[in-house]
Amino acid sequence: MKKIISIFMTLALLCLSLTGCGYEYQELSLVGTYTRDYAGTEITVYNWGEYISDGADGAIDVNREFEKVTGIKVNYLTFESNETMYSQVKNGGVKYDIIIPSDYMIGRLIKEGELQKIDTSKLSNYNLIGEQYKSLFFDPKNEYTVPYSVGMVGVIYNQKLVGDVENSWGVLWDEKYKDQTLNFNNPRDAFMTAQMLLGQDLNSTNKDDWKAAAEKLKEGKANLQSYVMDEVYGKMETGEAAIAPYYAGDYLTMLETNPDLRFFYPKEGTNIFVDSICIPKNAKNKDAAMLYINFLLEPDIATANAEYIGYASPNTAVINNPDYYYYQNEILYPDEKDMPKVQYYHDIDDKIRIYYETLWVQVKLY
Amino acid sequence: MNKKSFGSQLLAAPHIVWSVLFTVVPLFIMLYFAFTNADGVFTLENIKQIGLYKKAFGISILYAVIATLITLLIAYPMAYFMTKVNISSQRMLMMIVMIPMWMNFLIRTYSWITILANTGIINTFLKSIGLGPVKLINTPGAVILGMVYDFLPYMILPIYSVMSKIDKSLLEASEDLGSNAFNKFRRVILPLSRPGIISGITMVFVPSVSTFYISQKLGGNKTMLVGDVIEYFFNAGPDYYNVASAISMVLMIMILVCMVIMNRFSDDDSEGVII
Repeated sequence: MKKIISIFMTLALLCLSLTGCGYEYQELSLVGTYTRDYAGTEITVYNWGEYISDGADGAIDVNREFEKVTGIKVNYLTFESNETMYSQVKNGGVKYDIIIPSDYMIGRLIKEGELQKIDTSKLSNYNLIGEQYKSLFFDPKNEYTVPYSVGMVGVIYNQKLVGDVENSWGVLWDEKYKDQTLNFNNPRDAFMTAQMLLGQDLNSTNKDDWKAAAEKLKEGKANLQSYVMDEVYGKMETGEAAIAPYYAGDYLTMLETNPDLRFFYPKEGTNIFVDSICIPKNAKNKDAAMLYINFLLEPDIATANAEYIGYASPNTAVINNPDYYYYQNEILYPDEKDMPKVQYYHDIDDKIRIYYETLWVQVKLY
Repeated sequence: MNKKSFGSQLLAAPHIVWSVLFTVVPLFIMLYFAFTNADGVFTLENIKQIGLYKKAFGISILYAVIATLITLLIAYPMAYFMTKVNISSQRMLMMIVMIPMWMNFLIRTYSWITILANTGIINTFLKSIGLGPVKLINTPGAVILGMVYDFLPYMILPIYSVMSKIDKSLLEASEDLGSNAFNKFRRVILPLSRPGIISGITMVFVPSVSTFYISQKLGGNKTMLVGDVIEYFFNAGPDYYNVASAISMVLMIMILVCMVIMNRFSDDDSEGVII
């Protein structure tokens, strides 16, 4: 008897949990056509953390939908920095079919022959990509990349904790905010904050520039609470820290949790990046990867991703969709007059790169 | 004749294969990288560069020494106390020591963030009684605390296991011969528990000096221990494999030297010896 009851209870619990997390299935309307010829195969996707709509809060679970439509299994892995991604791709332990790095890293991967060409004529949705995001410096002929997401770095601050702050990178060095500020825990972005303040070219090939930026970072280090990457969310949302440079899109995500947060693009200028979809040269399932890329460009899918990520989308079907949550958002899509001075990161000469990546350790050890 | 049977040699085979594949071979790969440049040509350049990171070595050793001393100060009385209570209480205490070890140490470290943060448990309490906030996290103290917390069981267990085997009749003999409690401790218990202390020190010092995650999470990424430098360089890509290997090699040598020294203090046939 006991057994029957326990089985019954288990079933009841199971039903409950199923109704609890079962999300409302929205019928996708797909523009492209997707063959099931590759059903049963798998692809490995390597993307930034928190960088795809994963079905949370009833949104579309992009990977699951792709699996449903094509029958191709998606192994989805994430990275926290371009550099980590780079070393994983280089050491070749895992063969990735799709990677989504940033512009300068793509430049480097192309230069080192790590990527294979993508025939965009085979992507029926490629025409949705805005013209201003095509033919960028790292891929002038649009041979290797399909733009995925666009972002700019700015400064997030907690108005309740520190009031209004000066529109400048200098806030990170201001002793008024001692132990309340954060900075990036990766050399390129952290150096950027100092380089902007010093009025340097972000892609300077002069070692003295980098040395000066390192000195500037050392000078501000005592002021900082910590160097962070993804932990910035928790720290800014809870008020653990008050000022942090981070990506505009992530600010919008944090704002949902903490309405006291404000944002500005510093007057000295800032970094803009485009993360694009690429196929590594040793991909095992290129045809399936092509289907995946086209799927990511689908208006419904791209909108779901843009809403989840909160970054600007290069996809015109998203930008011009009045139902899009960030439609005409002035932080993601600033008017021409509000557009900050921006610089892209370029792939820097190895000597300089090794120089500043090593300097970064000295900043930390200072 | 000390010749082992073929059967008993076969029993050891899995472990030997394992050790060769995952200890000996990687060690040689590390040595190879440490003494070559990116093109595989022999060079001492990587070793010369290590001077740049002497501060990382310095603070790693300093933090590890402090953490080891603190764990010893906490663990020794704890282990002594554990041997004094009845057997069921001993089991109970043992459980309490072991339970945290069954959880992943990354998670255990992470939980300290919520305790020490400016908006964490301690500071929220201090603020509510008008005493805070106090800067706890992102300090060297927080890093050392993390080490102590994570590695404390490695100190308690060997000391306890040695102490619990001390022959009670020796303690009685010392009392019969007129020792007071202090002398009994100093002349009998302490010397007899030394192997446990030695192995405890080694088991705490070695992981502390080479740790990398604790300093990042509890130290706010503001400094780098040797482990952090190695991790950073390996993550930064193949350009740094040689330098990172050279640093790893020096760390390895440091650890070996320190184990040799520690084993000098220990009796050869004692139970707590590691190597």
